[in-house]
Amino acid sequence: MNWIIRTLTSSVGKKVLMSLTGLFLVTFLIVHLIGNLQLLYPNVLSASEKFNVYAVFMTTFPLIKATSYLLYGSIILHALVALFLTLQNKKARPTAYAVNGNAEKSWASRNMGILGSILLFFIIMHMGQFWFQYHFGGNHPVMEIDGMTYKNLYALVATTFSVWWFSVLYLISMAAVGFHLWHGFQSGFQTLGLNHVKYTSLISLASKGLAVFFIVGFSSMPLAMMAQFGVSNNLDEAATKVMNKSIKEGVEWKMTDWSNLKPDTKWDKIVTTNAE
Amino acid sequence: MAEQHNSYKIKVWRQANANAKGGFKNYKLDGVSTDMSFLEMIDMLNETLVRKGEDPISFDHDCREGICGACSMYINGHPHGMLEGVTTCQLHMRSFPNNTTITIEPWRAAAFPVIKDLTVNRSAFDRIIQSGGYVSVNTGNARDANEMPIPKEIADEAFEAAACIGCGACVAACKNASAMLFVSAKVSQLALLPQGKAEAQKRAENMVAQMDEEGFGSCTNTGACSAECPKLIGQEHIARLNREYLTAKAGSDFVK
Ligand code: SF4
Ligand code: FES
Repeated sequence: MNWIIRTLTSSVGKKVLMSLTGLFLVTFLIVHLIGNLQLLYPNVLSASEKFNVYAVFMTTFPLIKATSYLLYGSIILHALVALFLTLQNKKARPTAYAVNGNAEKSWASRNMGILGSILLFFIIMHMGQFWFQYHFGGNHPVMEIDGMTYKNLYALVATTFSVWWFSVLYLISMAAVGFHLWHGFQSGFQTLGLNHVKYTSLISLASKGLAVFFIVGFSSMPLAMMAQFGVSNNLDEAATKVMNKSIKEGVEWKMTDWSNLKPDTKWDKIVTTNAE
Repeated sequence: MAEQHNSYKIKVWRQANANAKGGFKNYKLDGVSTDMSFLEMIDMLNETLVRKGEDPISFDHDCREGICGACSMYINGHPHGMLEGVTTCQLHMRSFPNNTTITIEPWRAAAFPVIKDLTVNRSAFDRIIQSGGYVSVNTGNARDANEMPIPKEIADEAFEAAACIGCGACVAACKNASAMLFVSAKVSQLALLPQGKAEAQKRAENMVAQMDEEGFGSCTNTGACSAECPKLIGQEHIARLNREYLTAKAGSDFVK
C-alpha cells in the first residue's frame, strides 16, 4: 500500500494527479458546454422547456449523478494538489531573480496558479448561483411542461446573466478557463508521458482549439441572455424582465419554494408563493 | 565583425559566503574587447578588483569550451545569457551592445545554495547521479560500441540526451527550480540503450526520489528549461522520464 502513497506524493505522482483530474474536468466542460447550448434557442418557451427538462435529467440520472460526485472530488483534489505544488515550488526558489527573462513557452504556462485561483473563485460563485439554488434554494419560478411542474432553471440563468456585472465576471472567468487550458490540456498529456513526434503537435493544437471553443461557447451564453432579455443593473430588475418576457412568450409561470418541491408534482398542486 | 572596445556597467551579485546576506554591486568596466568571451570579461573585471585590493568575484569555470557545464551565470534574465544553445564561456562580448548594463546573478534554487558570489553548490546533481545515473557493469571500451547493433535513430536520440553537461541552467531557468530536464536527460540516455535498459526501472525510481529529496520543485511543463538549455535538451525527454517512472512504479519488483 505504502508504495502507492509514495508514488502519488512524489513530484511526478502529484503531477499525475493534476493531469488526470484536469483532463477529467475538461471532458466535463465539453459536456457542460454542449448541453447548455440549449440556452441559445431563440424561442423563450422552447428554450425553457428543453433546458429545464435537461436539468432534471442531469440531476437525477444515476450514472450522471455518480459522475458528478467524481467531478466534485476532482475539483477539490485538483485545487488541493495545486496548492501543495505551488507552495513546494515557491520553496524551491526562495530568492527571486532581479531580472527575469521569462523563457516559458506561453504566458498561460507561467500563470496557471493565478488562473486556477480565478477559476476556483468562479466555481464557488457559479455553484452558489445555480447548483445550490437548484437543490436547496428558496423562492424561485417554476413552469409547466405536460402538466408537470419543473423548476425554471432557465429563468434563473437568464436573470443572472442579464445583470451586466455578473456577465462581466463570467466573461473574465471564461477567459481564465481558456488560458488555463491553453497550457493545461497539453501539459496533462506531457505529464502522463504522452509525447510523440506524430501526436504532440496535434495535442498542442487541440489544446488551443479547446481554449477558443470554451471561451466562445461559454461567453455566448451571458451575451445571448443580455440580447434576449436586455441588460439589467440588478437581480430584481432582471427577474422582472425575464418574468414578463417569459409569460408573454407563453411560459406558464408560478413562484414556489424550490427546496420543498417534490419531483413529479402536478402543475395544479403547486401553491404559489408571493413573487418576491 | 571588426574588434571594438566597449564600456559596460556590470551589476553583479556579491555574497561573502553561504550565510552572508548578499547584494548587488555595480562596476564600471571600459575597454572590453568584443572578441572576449564573457568569462574573459569577468577575468578582466576581477583583475581591476585585485589591483584595487578588493575581493575578486567568485565564479565557477573549468573547460571554457562549452563541455563541462561549470560556468553558471544568470545573465540579464537568462542562464548562460540570451543566446540559444551556448554556455556562458561560449558567449562573447560582441553580443552585448556598448554602454549597457549587464546584470549577473547566481543560479537561484534552494537545492543550489550560494557558496560565494556567483558560485553555487551543485552537489545535489552529483547525489542524483549517484542514486542511479550509471550502468553497474563494465560495458567495454570504445571499440566495443559496435558489438551490439543499435538502430541509428535510437543511438542518435540517446546521444542527444547524453549531451547534457549537468550545468543546472534548466533548474535556474525554471520558475519552480525543477530538475526534471537534467534527470530526464540522464534517464533517457541510459534507458534508450540496451546497456542501460537492465537497470532502467530502478534508475528512474531512485533518481526521481533523490531529486525530490534535494528540494527541487515540480515540473509544470512551461518549457523554459529546454529554451535555456545550452545543449537544447528537448521536452520529449521529460515525457520519457514520466513514462519510465510511472511504468516502473506500477510494474517494477522494488516495493518502495
Ligand atoms: S539538461 Fe541542459 S540545462 Fe539542464 S543540466 Fe543538462 S545541459 Fe544543463
Ligand atoms: S566553462 Fe566549461 S562549459 Fe563553460
